Amino acid sequence: MCIAGGHFVRLLHFLEEKMNLLASFINIFNPAAFVASLPGAVAQGIIWGIMAVGVYITYRILDIADLTVDGSLGTGGAVLVLCVTSGMNIYLALLLAFIAGCLAGLATGIFHTCFGIPPILAGILTQLSLYSINLRILGGKANVALSVDRYDLLVTLRYIPKTILICSIFAVVIIAVLYWFFGTEVGHSLRATGSNRNMARANGINTNVNSIIALVLSNGLVALAGGLLSQYQGFADVNMGRGAIVIGLAAVIIGEVIFGKIFRNFALKLLAAVLGGVIYYIAITFVLRLGLNSNDLKLFTAIVVALFLGVPFWKSMAASRKIRKPDEKTTGGAENA
Amino acid sequence: MLEIKGVYKTFNRGTINEKRALSDLNLHLNEGDFVTVIGGNGAGKSTMLNVIAGVFPVDCGQIIIDGQDLTKLSEHKRAKHLGRVFQDPMTGTAADMQIVENLALASRRGKHRTLMPGVRSKEKNIYREMLQSLDLGLETRLTSKVGLLSGGQRQAITLLMATLKKPKLLLLDEHTAALDPKTAHKVLELTEEIVAKDKLTTIMITHNMKDAISIGNRLIMMNDGHIIYDVSGEEKKKLTTADLLEKFKTTSGGELDNDRMLLSND
Ligand SMILES: Nc1ncnc2c1ncn2[C@@H]1O[C@H](COP(=O)(O)OP(=O)(O)O)[C@@H](O)[C@H]1O
Ligand SMILES: [Mg+2]
Repeated sequence: MCIAGGHFVRLLHFLEEKMNLLASFINIFNPAAFVASLPGAVAQGIIWGIMAVGVYITYRILDIADLTVDGSLGTGGAVLVLCVTSGMNIYLALLLAFIAGCLAGLATGIFHTCFGIPPILAGILTQLSLYSINLRILGGKANVALSVDRYDLLVTLRYIPKTILICSIFAVVIIAVLYWFFGTEVGHSLRATGSNRNMARANGINTNVNSIIALVLSNGLVALAGGLLSQYQGFADVNMGRGAIVIGLAAVIIGEVIFGKIFRNFALKLLAAVLGGVIYYIAITFVLRLGLNSNDLKLFTAIVVALFLGVPFWKSMAASRKIRKPDEKTTGGAENA
Repeated sequence: MLEIKGVYKTFNRGTINEKRALSDLNLHLNEGDFVTVIGGNGAGKSTMLNVIAGVFPVDCGQIIIDGQDLTKLSEHKRAKHLGRVFQDPMTGTAADMQIVENLALASRRGKHRTLMPGVRSKEKNIYREMLQSLDLGLETRLTSKVGLLSGGQRQAITLLMATLKKPKLLLLDEHTAALDPKTAHKVLELTEEIVAKDKLTTIMITHNMKDAISIGNRLIMMNDGHIIYDVSGEEKKKLTTADLLEKFKTTSGGELDNDRMLLSND
């Protein structure tokens, strides 16, 4: 009796603790503040959506997960800050950021095709070397500021509506150019390379060159997004690309899950990746408002991506189990007979 | 037109899995030859086609087509001269791409790929007519993804792709083996039709001895990485499956070890 009573008291304590936690969540979550932070989430989401379009090229078209992007995003940011602070025109600086990313992709492509290194490891090698290179670009400093007061920036968190407009224009132009490119003879040969390398070679396609082109293009776009991001946040940081691949994949996968059924056209699929980035950032803003510690954000993202990647796999497992069942019955019947 | 001279090919050299797949392989084909190839499992038939196509390098020897030494050329460069259909219907087509896109890719085999459109509108009509002649109902599904098609349909499309741009040499590796008998028959008929129409020089591996005898003008039998029997013309026409089995016994000193091959000796 006495022991049971002790249990009961402990249970009450436990429940009270949980209720307090819930109450504190509700206190913290302020709908008005959440709505106020939405425009910033959209702006960042579009920038990361452009990055996700780069990831789409390697992950979906070439069919490899390229980890170079964790480094090339920072390269883009660092190159832009270096160029702008030394007085260069902002568009030219973005172009150079793009080209720097292309070179990073070229390095991974060469590691993969000429050194025979598997694509994931090739990407990790470039990513690692980019850490040193990005530090050098930033003049040995881990973080370099880019003040909107001193330089003529295209995007900044100070003027979010303008940022959303400019980033949307960038996204639309990039999607239009890629839509055209992947409809050309070269573009088709890239898609064939990703879909079936044996078939591609049998039809005279140089799959090594194509893998390199896709990696170059992808990392160029990622670095361009890095250039936009460093303007937006007002600084470049050697660590700004850490975990970028996971965010890019999150955007691609969220876009596919939500828009996959309705967006059939290739341009719309790319658009879905951009929208996926926006939705991702809105979701992140939401959970942060709910009280998630921002230090736990990367853990949260990784778990979400793992779940989204797992769902199609579990679905196919369930589907194949369904197909197997009637067979088992017939063999069982034969044994009984 | 094709000259294979003293080709050797060893897999996994220097390991316990070392396997000599081709051993002093020599073959000379004339323009317009249609050669059927038979032989037991592991005789080196597929490896022979793969070294012609440049899938992997040879240990030594030469591959020459129309006087041009291809031995050192990479696979995608040799593709210019070759049409290929594989045993696995999945291998020959890009599943994520449309039927027209696959055909358009194949029609550009050996050409420099540019930034012009991957499929031009006037091509579509040509492809539609070709698909119509297959009589598989594909002419209305030009923009369907190839991955949605059956194995037989994919194999028929691969055959079209291999011959769309006339190859100097057509390589068929048991390309009907994975299909049901009815579809296999249809694809085989289509093969004979296309080869006859375009007068293609062809090598066709088959495990069906009746087909090997009835199709083509020449038959070769492989064992242990080289050719043990080579027959053509009238002599080939008079062959029976019993002759082939007997021939195998006497030249190789063993039974034809391929159950599949004995089974299809109907
Ligand atoms: N890529 C490869 N790696 C290792 N061994 C191989 C490879 N391809 C073929 N072989 C081996 O070479 C021999 C010949 O194979 P193959 O040419 O496929 O025979 P066939 O087509 O006549 O049945 C077999 O013993 C096979 O195991
Ligand atoms: Mg074989």
